[in-house]
Amino acid sequence: MADEKGVMIVGELVRGTPAPICYELLGAGRKLADSLGEQLSILIMADNISSDTTSDLIASGADRVYAVAHPVLGKYHPDSFAAVAEKVAKDKKPNILLMGRTEVGQDLAPMLSYRLDAGLLMDCLDLKIDPASKMMIMERPVYGGNARSVLHCETKPQMASVKPKTQEPLPKDTSRKGEVETISVDLSPSINRTQFVEHISWVSEGVQLESAELIISGGRGIGSTEAYKATIDVAAKVIGGAAGASKAACDAGYAPPGNQVGLTGKRVSPTLYVAVAISGASQHLAGMGTSKNIVAINRDPDANMFKVARYGVVADYKQVMPAFIEKLKELLAE
Amino acid sequence: MHMICLVKQVPDPETPSASFRVDSAANKVVPATGVAPVISPFDEQAVEVALRIKDKHGGTVTAVSMGPASARDAIKHALAMGCDDGILIDGPAFEYTDSYSTAYTLAAAIKKIGDADIILCGRQAADWDGGQVGIIVSEMLGIPALINGQSTDIIGDKKIKFERVLPDGLDVYESATPAVVTFSQEVGQPRYPTLRNIMAAARKEVPVWGPAELGFDPNEAAKSRAKTKLERLFVPVFEAKVEIIEGENPAESGRLLAMKLREAKII
Repeated sequence: MADEKGVMIVGELVRGTPAPICYELLGAGRKLADSLGEQLSILIMADNISSDTTSDLIASGADRVYAVAHPVLGKYHPDSFAAVAEKVAKDKKPNILLMGRTEVGQDLAPMLSYRLDAGLLMDCLDLKIDPASKMMIMERPVYGGNARSVLHCETKPQMASVKPKTQEPLPKDTSRKGEVETISVDLSPSINRTQFVEHISWVSEGVQLESAELIISGGRGIGSTEAYKATIDVAAKVIGGAAGASKAACDAGYAPPGNQVGLTGKRVSPTLYVAVAISGASQHLAGMGTSKNIVAINRDPDANMFKVARYGVVADYKQVMPAFIEKLKELLAE
Repeated sequence: MHMICLVKQVPDPETPSASFRVDSAANKVVPATGVAPVISPFDEQAVEVALRIKDKHGGTVTAVSMGPASARDAIKHALAMGCDDGILIDGPAFEYTDSYSTAYTLAAAIKKIGDADIILCGRQAADWDGGQVGIIVSEMLGIPALINGQSTDIIGDKKIKFERVLPDGLDVYESATPAVVTFSQEVGQPRYPTLRNIMAAARKEVPVWGPAELGFDPNEAAKSRAKTKLERLFVPVFEAKVEIIEGENPAESGRLLAMKLREAKII
């Protein structure tokens, strides 16, 4: 276990360019690599990899880019990507291996951990190096966000998947120097044991909940489907964001099930989360507790949501929201 | 057609967060008084999917749970929903586990059961939210995993269709069986146990398998040892730093709130 060196990131490309998670992981990985005095590398896999992409990754913090281009890697498939990442990780022997807890990382990370015989922790919020042991210490939410756990791996590479939108990217510096290493692989499409048939897009109006930076959400206190539409949908549209809802509001039929945010719904982490008539049950906090700015509007001053909120209004939402929406319209029109 | 559902018993995730406690010396959650543990919601949805397949195509469903004696209740719940058999994996050897060692034991149980065509479980359990066990089980069994599903169905001899939920829609996959499939809330409401099934479930014997039944030799403990170590478990303290915005009336508060968000450059 003494040979492992360096922090390696398994990156993701979207239509040829780095996904936001790459920059977030480079920001987090840079800190770890610097405190260990080791190199930071990033592995990217695609059908084509441009020099713009590799330069961008170096400017964003990587000392080394491992570029694997092959036609079979044109669309993400856990089998082909795991096979390539396994080969590269076994060859380069990183001390730490990071990826995003994205749609990709959700199956790729556990597969890789098994193949590398390494411990893995998913959905980490914070990573740091223990000054004494030099091991990576990981903090992650458990029990639907009710508790946090702090853990380390007892094997190497030390693997973590990181919750998206929780790490600060580095400012881009085009004068940064780094190396690009092209790795060739031999892959057959038959490596993929499951066959992709088709993608069915959900017809949705407006912004996707999971990628939205601004979310307006309603709870059971909204009271009716009509009120949800008139208040939550309208406010979301005004600010160019997405509409969310608590489980209670979805169970009551006020909001469509796809809008549910929470432990048994979608997990979001927007810049702004406005919780309207949502008490703040742990079920709900599990899905939005990491939002950067939380606003609570509730007539109950003891509502749990006020404990996590940055701004609060204690009043009946019916009297607050129309004026709030009108003022938003006015401000955004300026 | 034989399906195996992996079900975990967890503290009820609907428990109000005010009654959530951690014993920080033991790094354990203190169960809330008077709140019975439940089958993990996503696992319950996996059971629902298995039963929909059984309703349509026939077959049998075995519910397997690894946990303390109380986890028998999670198995009984699955039986009451309509599963045919249950197996509880319990023993002191299984006490401190992580995703890897849990998967190791479950994979051994699945091999012993023998003839599973589809192995179903939740996307993640509602206690440790690991999101790894189903996938590692598939790796240990050398079969594919399809994750985060809305539904799955049999579409031919040893062939399934699977709909994976993505933020913007569904990816449809086909796979040969055996395969591991994991599910989440998009499955929809699991069925309620019928009175007849509840009574049948109450009478059903649930065998307990320990290391001996799984055929583990003394070296097995080392092979299945956890690869991660919990150092600390704590309840995060959110400082009450909320700024209450108070206008002369609620409408004024609404306008002030909008201005505040603008000033802070949040919108």
